[in-house]
Amino acid sequence: MSDLSTIRSEALSAVEAAADLAALDAARVSVLGKKGSVTGLMKTLGALAPEERKEFGARVNQLKGEIETALEARKGMLSSSALAARLASEKIDVSLPVRPEAQGTVHPIGQVMDELAGIFGDMGFTWAEGPDIEDDWHNFTALNIPPDHPARQMQDTFYLPPRADGTPMVLRTHTSPVQARTMLSKDVQKMLADGGSLRIIVPGRTYRIDSDATHAPMFHQVEGLVIDRGTHMGHLKGCLVDFCRAFFEIDDLPLRFRPSYFPFTEPSAEVDIGCSWKDGELRIGAGDSWLEILGSGMVHPRVIANCGLDPAIYQGFAFGMGIDRIAMLKYGINDLRAFFDADLRWLRNYGFSALEMPR
Amino acid sequence: MKFTLSWLKEHLDTTATLTDVRDKLTMLGLEVEGISNPAEALKGFVVGYVIEAVQHPNADRLRVCKVDTGSGTVQVVCGAPNARTGMKGIFAPSGSYIPGTGISLKASKIRGEESNGMLCSSRELQLGDDHSGIIDLPADATTGAPAAQALGLDDPVIEIKATPNRADCLGVHGIARDLAAVGLGTLKPVNTTNIKGSYTSPIKWTHGYEPKPDSPCPIVIGRHFRGIKNGPSPDWLQRRLKAIGLRPISALVDITNLVTFDLNRPLHVFDAKKLAGDLVMRQAREGETILALDGKTYTLDPAVSVIADSNSVHGIGGIMGGEDTGVQEDTTEVFLEAAYFQPIGIAASGRKLGILSDARYRNERGIDPESCVWGAEVATRLILEMCGGECSETVSSGVMPEWRRSYTLRPDRVKTLTDIDVPAADTAAILGKLGFVVSGSGPWTAEVPSWRPDVIGEADLVEEVTRVWGFDRIPTTSLPRLAPTSRPVRTPMQRRTPQARRALAARGMNEAVTWSFLPLKKAERFGGGRADLRLLNSIDATLDTMRPSILPNLIDAAARNEARGLSDPALFEVGPQYKDATPQGQRTVAAGVRHNMAVPRNWQGPTRAVDAFDAKADALAVLAAIGAPVENMSAQPGAPDWYHPGRSGAIKLGDRVMAHFGELHPELTAAADLKGPVAAFEVFLDAPPLPKAKASKARPKLVLSAFQPVERDFAFLVDTAVDADKIARAARNADKVMIVAARIFDLYAGKGVPEGKKSIAIAVTLQPVERTLTDAEIDAVSDKIVAAVVKATGAVLRG
Repeated sequence: MSDLSTIRSEALSAVEAAADLAALDAARVSVLGKKGSVTGLMKTLGALAPEERKEFGARVNQLKGEIETALEARKGMLSSSALAARLASEKIDVSLPVRPEAQGTVHPIGQVMDELAGIFGDMGFTWAEGPDIEDDWHNFTALNIPPDHPARQMQDTFYLPPRADGTPMVLRTHTSPVQARTMLSKDVQKMLADGGSLRIIVPGRTYRIDSDATHAPMFHQVEGLVIDRGTHMGHLKGCLVDFCRAFFEIDDLPLRFRPSYFPFTEPSAEVDIGCSWKDGELRIGAGDSWLEILGSGMVHPRVIANCGLDPAIYQGFAFGMGIDRIAMLKYGINDLRAFFDADLRWLRNYGFSALEMPR
Repeated sequence: MKFTLSWLKEHLDTTATLTDVRDKLTMLGLEVEGISNPAEALKGFVVGYVIEAVQHPNADRLRVCKVDTGSGTVQVVCGAPNARTGMKGIFAPSGSYIPGTGISLKASKIRGEESNGMLCSSRELQLGDDHSGIIDLPADATTGAPAAQALGLDDPVIEIKATPNRADCLGVHGIARDLAAVGLGTLKPVNTTNIKGSYTSPIKWTHGYEPKPDSPCPIVIGRHFRGIKNGPSPDWLQRRLKAIGLRPISALVDITNLVTFDLNRPLHVFDAKKLAGDLVMRQAREGETILALDGKTYTLDPAVSVIADSNSVHGIGGIMGGEDTGVQEDTTEVFLEAAYFQPIGIAASGRKLGILSDARYRNERGIDPESCVWGAEVATRLILEMCGGECSETVSSGVMPEWRRSYTLRPDRVKTLTDIDVPAADTAAILGKLGFVVSGSGPWTAEVPSWRPDVIGEADLVEEVTRVWGFDRIPTTSLPRLAPTSRPVRTPMQRRTPQARRALAARGMNEAVTWSFLPLKKAERFGGGRADLRLLNSIDATLDTMRPSILPNLIDAAARNEARGLSDPALFEVGPQYKDATPQGQRTVAAGVRHNMAVPRNWQGPTRAVDAFDAKADALAVLAAIGAPVENMSAQPGAPDWYHPGRSGAIKLGDRVMAHFGELHPELTAAADLKGPVAAFEVFLDAPPLPKAKASKARPKLVLSAFQPVERDFAFLVDTAVDADKIARAARNADKVMIVAARIFDLYAGKGVPEGKKSIAIAVTLQPVERTLTDAEIDAVSDKIVAAVVKATGAVLRG
């Protein structure tokens, strides 16, 4: 029947010719709608003889399927090009900046404190703290610093009004008074009596009357103290070698222990690390020069006795170093005063990201 | 303390090199601060022989010299009046850099005559001030020899930093003793034998008090000299003093300086003819004055030791002599003083009077008391040798302080304290070489020498042995582990500091560290300024009071940044603040300020200034980061008066304040010269309670419902004064099973809302547990919500 093939070719070309989804839908209606050409053919089926109906019906159904497939294919094509056109129109300028978002920073002192916690924590030390405002017994007398010692002078030490009982009060000049506070604690004395080992680090603020490019009236120190029955100067060396190598991240960093003098240790040693200078720049590591970084020694028997322990039984070592100083050395910071100036340019340059957790 | 290598070798018989000396000094605890060699600056300069000096044909004041430089003959035009045929001087060849003029020499023609190099004056070589002529060397100087050698300047100068306990190393002899102990040579003895006087001293010593071993000045020795001739000291002595930076003055003064630096024995000489009667060692009378050798007049008090005659005070004991009785070029009679003073008294007097002198430096550290006796002999020998004349018998007053003492050194002490095995013989030998008198063979008894006041116990003996044996020989041993795995280094309370710090940095704030002190006025404005928190000796008035809050420092820091053009600072600090001077008065606080814009200008949309809710968010973030139960806390009005009274609050857990937050009081913002608002907060890190020590680490069990949650919105009209949070809380608590959240999403006042009222809209989330909710069930819960809010706040549901 030519009617069928005409309808077929007309319908397929209408589908093919549809330029957008609306035209395609019009084409669909004209063929498969209530008044559509193929729908019209279907309506004629009822009037046919049974055999004829069967044979013609199959052909009409086949045509219907063929057209539906063509419609579907055309629809898919038209909608993907419509989507492509829409997406093309939605193009943005990716070079534009993101919404304003401030980058926070951790101060180098805070960062180095966490580094200390990591390294000394691994060596079995715990963190101890004490007040910034100290009485002169804890700051000086307990530590074997006699009343006439120059460090006690008003030109070196900040004084506050004495307590009602006349006890002179100072801003602690070092973190060492926490040595005394810790050794004097009943829990610690019991732990030691039970054969335990005391290992503490004491980071914190310290104060001295001093103010120039390399000195500030306030700075930070970390004190280390190990007390038990058998810790000797070889352990002092081992502990500080291990620390310095871990902190400066130089496995073969040489250290030099030189005899020195501190009232609270005997023998006393100053510790240098290897370094070299190139074009005025300091490089830490094995080299032809030495850089002093900390003071240390075996705790003086009188200090141990002052803190209520028997120096015939207990011995150990102590050390103290400037947190600001080791931060300056490790991170190449020049001016100590700038640590305390809160200049945003400095904080952003030398600060650390919140997520930059040491180790 | 400075000395030269040749000076050291006067006391130490050694073949050691400068490098050996340097390294051993440092490893003995006598840290070498620097080594300089004046010969370096004179490199290339040689002894030149003037073969002939003739008048310059074209200039009256110039001479044309033919100079033998040892390696050839050159012509030099010289303007010095003393240039003459046959002399020897210091020749600088062309190309030399002349330190005194800063000029490099070039071959040139001077008024038509060729000149290749120059003959130098002292000033041109920076060896002195003399520029009246060229250096005139002795005739026996070797032509062509290096200038440094001919001038006796080829002698390295070593500077050490002696620790305060080692006064004995403030003399070259003491340094040599340490080096000898470490095996770098043999210590040469000092000739201290007694010189017999030929007459009785016309001046006697007395004390103004009964001298005892612990008196300010227990003992003083004196000696009279007559018929002497003062004048310049010999070249070797002048050179030695100049090398360590001292100015030669006259033989008598130079001798006292020599003995001071050579043997750590400060001395003084008086012009005996200017003294009236005997000398008395006494304490000054209140208000007595003295014109000292430094040209200044000092007013004294009874704490200061003085030397006086029957008329007046002529010396500040152990610190400085008087100008009026000082020796002159023409002095012919002198009186020598050698005394021992208590170091504490010297330190106190020196500090009070503000005098820094070589004598004070040594006396306050503690010199050898016996040096009063032998030091006088050494000085006598030098005076007679350089100035001639004759000396009296010595005179003295007082008693020798008791310095004799001995300590036992147990044989295992060095090993148990330092882990080094020093053989017994070496232990005794080391102490012996340091001057200890050792007996026994372990345990040893060591008698301490008079020059070591610092040694006061067995630990000091251990230190001496270890120091000389060598710290580098102590084996390095890592600390043994206390436990197989490392334990938390910080307690939960201590951990709050790093937690707060990193939480705030993660919120875009920059951590600052500021002074613990601030000006009194600021302290007072922030509730501080108590008398016990005021420094008695602040460096300046801007830093005189311990801070009662961190905020003033952060506000100043924000202002400094704005002044530098760094806009919108957001700064925080985690540190101490002080309520009083007790250990409990110090609290650790996380404080912060945000200034001006929270959202600065940007291409995408509107800007926003900071406000109290930024500060509240910061405070809550810190509290959450330190593990505080934020969900149980509430924000209420009631911040201190440095906050805006209407735009600030306290975050409380029950009655206890965890934090303050809000907009800074506008008056403080203006005072800091800040344009735009400041949002500030202070979180008290010790305030939130710690979780129970042994609490289970398990989290609450999580029950997930299979049914979709339902959200319903409600709007209420309520009095303006009612806290919005009260509405949300009432709604949430209306049905504890089904309601899981109530969130405020709108706040409105103005047109359509009656005066004195506000409209608050909340979204309530219902979570069915067993089955999907029916409309009837939802309506029932809604009714409960409205009833609860109305009851709690007097609100009215909006239509």
